[in-house]
Amino acid sequence: MNLFHEAWLWLTAEEQWTGTATLLSRTGEHLLYTLIALAISAVIAIPLGYLVGHTGRGKQLTVAVAGAGRALPSLGLLTVLTLIVGIGDALIAATVVFVVLAVPSVLAGAYSGVENVDHAVTDSARAMGMTPWQVLLRVEAPLGLPLLIGGLRSAALQVIATAVLAAYVGLGGLGIYVQRGIALRRYEEMLGGAIAIVILAIVVDVFFAILARIAVRAAGHQGKLSARAATEGTP
Amino acid sequence: MNWFLANTGLVGDLMLQHARLSVIPIVLGLVLAIPPGVLAWRWGWARGPVLAAFGLLYTIPSLALFVLLPPILGISFLSELNVIIAMTIYAVALMTRFVTDALDAVDPAARSSATAMGYSGWSRFWAVELPLAGPVLLAGLRVVAVSTVSMVTVGVLVGIRSLGFLFMDGLQRGNAAQIVTGIVATVVVALFFDLTLVLLGRILLPWNRRTPRVARRLALRAGGAG
Repeated sequence: MNLFHEAWLWLTAEEQWTGTATLLSRTGEHLLYTLIALAISAVIAIPLGYLVGHTGRGKQLTVAVAGAGRALPSLGLLTVLTLIVGIGDALIAATVVFVVLAVPSVLAGAYSGVENVDHAVTDSARAMGMTPWQVLLRVEAPLGLPLLIGGLRSAALQVIATAVLAAYVGLGGLGIYVQRGIALRRYEEMLGGAIAIVILAIVVDVFFAILARIAVRAAGHQGKLSARAATEGTP
Repeated sequence: MNWFLANTGLVGDLMLQHARLSVIPIVLGLVLAIPPGVLAWRWGWARGPVLAAFGLLYTIPSLALFVLLPPILGISFLSELNVIIAMTIYAVALMTRFVTDALDAVDPAARSSATAMGYSGWSRFWAVELPLAGPVLLAGLRVVAVSTVSMVTVGVLVGIRSLGFLFMDGLQRGNAAQIVTGIVATVVVALFFDLTLVLLGRILLPWNRRTPRVARRLALRAGGAG
């Protein structure tokens, strides 16, 4: 437990908060990687997920892709892609890896959100004269929002966890403290970095939990039916 | 391919080691998740807090957990126990959710019939509800198994030998073939566990004719901790 005291001292030491490479700037890098990957994944996966959910085609494929994605070890992908593009372009390699990891979760969220909408509701929308596009954008998308946010939440957490490994291909982020701490046997730095990573993950998780709650409220009763998944925790 | 053929001994050893590190967390994940999962399912007030607590555990990035566990438990960073315990924590965190959802998915009509036949309380749980939850539990355990195998590789960063060794060694040597071999070998180990579970399911759960819809959704929803 003494180690944790030292880690606390390390975390609160002035040198961690002043100068060029502070804990805050490392956190900023970490969040930036996460945001870029999340944005690219959203652009790819949300339309695709809506398509699958709306038409009901390709469900099996979605499940298979999600399963295959889970089996791929992110550290392996990260190292091999970095070697292929060269360590100087490690950011590209890392972003590709993060996107590959994030897409299945976002896809699943978008798809199951749309699929979960009660058929009575979509049928009434059609009966009212809505075109398929209107049904998708005005009915299915808003009602599926809680589950989509749930998907974005798991994707974000997964990218944050994998971005910890980015330090091993020279990209910084919060993982750098763990990497350096292990290499130099500076346990307080290693532990302090790990604590910072956990705090960041929890803050992001809580952020998405709040977003999910807002989305549930906006989606009303229909949203509530599908929202338990999005608000009760990651998986 | 050439690299793999020249190093089959090493790859085989690492695969065995990797499987050894993965098997205990997968088994313990199922066993240890049943009590909290049942708690959350039976008592409404426990549901939110229990599932949120285990969900939170799952948000901890694996490398951070490998670093935080040893000083908490008083074990060495290099101890295999470190990876085994960390993976068990993730497995239980994921599986608890699956246990609750699996029990939720049991047909209420089956439950009523069991009650009508004279089953009550725990005897109904063991004889009717748990077996009927089996197919969804199996789907959940398959997710747990595959993500465990994939995550064990990260242990190499704190010095625990697994197929992850091929990634870091390959990176240092600039040998992409070595890393690809490691990735393929990891997927093979994951597939091995997955197929074993499917086979066990066929034998132990003969009433599991097709994957239930709920199970498919569960399999989709679970993200990894990386």
